[in-house]
Order: sequence, then C-alpha cells, then structure tokens
Amino acid sequence: MKQFWSSMLKSPSGVIGLIILLLAVGIALFGPMLFPNSPWRMVQRPFLPPFTLSTVPLGTDALGRDVFAGMIFGARVSLLVGLVSTLVALVVGIPIGAMAGYFGGRVDDALMRFTEFFQTIPSFALAIVLVAILQPSIYSIVASIALVSWPPVARLVRGEVLSLRTREYVQAAIVTGQSNSWIILREILPNALSPVIVLASLMVATAILLESSLSFLGLGDPNLISWGYMVGAGRTVIRQAWWITVFPGVAILISVLGLNLIGEGLNDALNPRLSREGR
Amino acid sequence: MLSFVAQRVLKGVIVLLAIVVLNFFLIRLAPGDPAVVMAGEAGASDQVFVKQLREKFGLDKPLPEQLLIYVKGVVSLDLGFSFRQQAPVTKLIGERLPATLLLTLTAFAISLILGVLFGTFAARFAGTFLDTAITVFALIFYAMPIFWVALMGILLFSVTVDWLPSFGYETVGANLTGLSHAVDVAKHLIMPAMTLGLFFMATYTRMTRASMLEVKRLDFVKTARAKGLSDAVIQRRHVLRNALLPVVTLAGVHSGTLIGGAVITETVFAWPGIGRLMYDALLQRDYNLLLGVFVICSAMVLIFNLITDLVYRLVDPRIEFAS
Repeated sequence: MKQFWSSMLKSPSGVIGLIILLLAVGIALFGPMLFPNSPWRMVQRPFLPPFTLSTVPLGTDALGRDVFAGMIFGARVSLLVGLVSTLVALVVGIPIGAMAGYFGGRVDDALMRFTEFFQTIPSFALAIVLVAILQPSIYSIVASIALVSWPPVARLVRGEVLSLRTREYVQAAIVTGQSNSWIILREILPNALSPVIVLASLMVATAILLESSLSFLGLGDPNLISWGYMVGAGRTVIRQAWWITVFPGVAILISVLGLNLIGEGLNDALNPRLSREGR
Repeated sequence: MLSFVAQRVLKGVIVLLAIVVLNFFLIRLAPGDPAVVMAGEAGASDQVFVKQLREKFGLDKPLPEQLLIYVKGVVSLDLGFSFRQQAPVTKLIGERLPATLLLTLTAFAISLILGVLFGTFAARFAGTFLDTAITVFALIFYAMPIFWVALMGILLFSVTVDWLPSFGYETVGANLTGLSHAVDVAKHLIMPAMTLGLFFMATYTRMTRASMLEVKRLDFVKTARAKGLSDAVIQRRHVLRNALLPVVTLAGVHSGTLIGGAVITETVFAWPGIGRLMYDALLQRDYNLLLGVFVICSAMVLIFNLITDLVYRLVDPRIEFAS
C-alpha cells in the first residue's frame, strides 16, 4: 500500500488528478453548506455578467439564478452519478466476467455473446432511449449509465481470471477442495483488482460525460441542478450571455480531466495490462 | 476471405434481430397504452375507436404473436408510424440518413487522419516540447463534452468572428446549385464535423502515440535498421503499419460513440440528420420514431464494425503473409 502511494505520487498526472478530485469532492460535500442559497432561487437581475458583483461572482442566468451556486450544487450530482453508476456497473460486470473466465466452455460462450451484444448497441443512444422510457430521474439515469458501461468490465475481468486460473496457487486451492465461490472471491478476484481499479477511474469520467450529455438534452433529473442542464439551459441565450454555458462546461472538463489523469497515474502505479481494446 | 465475410454478416444479422426484440420490449415499457395514446393523438378516445385501433395493430393478440408481427415488420423495413409527424418512421429516417452519413464520415475521416498524424509526430519527437504539447491538448480534448465543444465553436466562429454559419445544412432560401451549393454545404459542415471529430482525434492521437512507441522497441524494427533502411521508410512501412492495428480496432469499438456524438452535434447545430430526428422524437415523446432511430443506429454500428474488421485484415501484414 505504501509502495502504491509512493509510486502514485511520483507520477505527475496522478498528483494533478488527485488534487482535482479532492477539490471536486470537497466542493460537492461542503460547498452547499457554504452556499446555503438554493441554485433555483432568483438572487439578482437576469443576465448579470460575471465578475460584476462579489456576491454573484459568475453572474446570473436567464432567470436571475446564481451560476456559481448552480456549479457548486451541480458537482454533487455529477460526482454522485459518476461514482454510483460505476459501482453498479462493477457489480454487474465483475461477476459476469469472473464466471465466464472461471468456468469457461459454454458458460463463457454464453456470457461473452451476451456481453458483446451489449457492447454492440450504441451506448449513448440506448441510454437516451432508456431514460426517456423510464422517465428522467436520478435512478433511471444511474441505471441507464450502468447498463451501457458494464461490458468492458466483464471483458477485462474475464481476461484476468482466465490467466489467473492456471496459476499454481489457484490449482492448489482446487486440489484442497475449496468451493468455486471461495476460490473466485478469495483467491482470484483480489489479484485481478488493480486493472479493474484503473478502468473504474476512467469509467467514472465517462459516466460524468454521459450524465452531462443526458442532462443537456433535457433528460436530467428535473429536481436536481447539474452542469449539463445548466449548459443546455444557457444554450438558447449564448449570444447574449456566454458565461451561462462556458463556466459549467469548464467544470465538467476539469473533473473529467482530473479523473482521466488519476487513471493514468493509477496505471503507472499499478502497471496492469489494461486492455486497450476493451474500451 | 469470403467465408469470413459471410460469417461476420450472419453474426451481425443475429445481433440485429436481438436488438429488434429488445426494442419491442422497450416499446412495451414506454408509458401509456399505445392504443389509447394513438386515439388521443387522433383526437378521439371513445372505447369503440380504441378497440378498433387495438385490433388494427394487433395489440389484442398475445405478446409472442405481437413480437412476431413486429419483427416481420422490421424485416420488411416497416418501423411503424410516427403519429406526431404523420409519416412512416422508415420514410422519415430515410430522408435524414444521408446528412448523418455525411457528418459522421467526415468527422471520422478528420479524426483518423489528424489523430494518426499528431500521434506519429508525438511518438517521433517523444520527450520533446512538441510531444508534451500534443499530449496535453489530446488530454484536454478527450475530457471535453461534445455539446460544450459545439457551443464554444459557435461562440468563437459564429458569434465572435462570424466566419462560419452556426446552424443548418445549407443557407435557407439561397437556392444554390452545383458547385456553389457544395461549397455552401461544406461551410455548414466544417463546425459540426470538427466538433464531433475532436474527441475521436484526441483518442486516436493518444492511441497512435502509445502504439508507435511500443512497436518501435520490437526486434523487427532493429532488424530493419540493421538492414540499413532509411529512418523514414522504417517509420512508415514498419512502425506505423503495425502501430495502426490497435487504432483500427479502436475505430470499430468507437463507432457507437460516434453515432451517440452525432445525436448531440446534430442537436446543437440543427443538422438535419437522424440524430436531430432522435432529439425531436425525444422532446415529443414519439416512442415509435425514437426506437426506430435506435434500431437504425444499431444497424449502422454493426455495418461499421464489419467494415473495420475487413480493414483490419487488410492492414495486418501477418494475415497478408498467411494468404
């Protein structure tokens, strides 16, 4: 563990990424306490340009709502959706990949055809269709993003398990009569974890991009403000008020960049054979 | 080669059928009884009319039979009727498909050419300022949401300097023909295609760079150098050709993302393609049209994957040796 942190902190991209992520998490957790103003409330005249009033540093939108407050509250939604949907995707993908790799043969064939099927469907189009049919809410968004992002996990885990299965310590566990689930959970998966962690950090970034795109198209949770929604709302008035679209977009860019950098840092630190084709 | 193609086509058809079945159940999941919705759209919701509609569209039959009717319809290119637009879904999609193909293929070509070019440069001058600059830009482009890139493009090139039109496929009412029409369309195409291509360009840049650095270290490159081949020939014929293999694979994997990006790009730029059609269907909760576009998108991804598979076989020198 110590070794991991020292190599992680040696990689410049990892350090920058970690700083960005810590900042974003800090803002998401504590920002709303420092900014008790609801992002939906009208605080000033509409279209107040940024940097004119210190109380409303980034100006107001078409309804006089505080753009800065929206960005603070939006951090919660983006990070929450990114993390939870990635977790759900891992919960779906890891067992499927582990079973396919461990049991092989027909189980492997069936599970991998199933995975390939989901990988072939255009993911964003499927996410749009699912959220539209299930009605936009934080649950349907998380479920849709998870549903379109688990296949790379399954493929990666399968590959890892396939190679670990033939190792001597696994063979030894089989000989001593351990149950399959014990071997998978206690012997194999812990050793397959590092590439999964790298993939997961990149998946959180992709999930944030997906969520923002859905919100941009008007498929966000109507009760929660999010960065994608803000850009979408500012789109029609971009000629009068550039700041409404520019700032939330920068927030998305920085968080996604941070997560990608962490992925690179983790990759350097853990140095797994991250499947290139998987994504 | 021929049997390989046949095998892949068969596999694609099976996947497409599975998608059609999935689609059928998604339609059933959509809120509202379709017959009641249709009756409502027609402005009459009395019980007799609803019953008639149910019979006409087979909604009174058991589910497996309905599925069979639906699959039969899709096979004969009947994707249902859009009551909002008062036209068959297939016809609506057919009208919009060329614009989407133009946009996605241009974006794909831009991203692939520029991506491979920048990636090759970065690998060639690895460790220098040029490499760092390309890598940093690729990282940033890779993290930008497409809709935001589109809006920033409009802000820069349409609002601030007024060089490029910000929406549409051609100048409305200009009635241009021939070459001037082509120039007009090209002007409208630049920004959407660049927007859509930027993300993929970043991906291909990163992939090409990493892959070239990896291939450079391999033994056959040393052999080529020992043979006394010039650096340019080694780079082009030995390193790049091998380094392109993972890039081609990536292009296939990304075709679905490309279509998804087209939905966003077409929406922002009012580009009259199927992505924009999907957005309109979404706004009007026109589920028949929405799912019709979804099936066509999936079919396009399958075809694109098939093409990349074939290209892979053409690019991979080992397969050439085998045959």
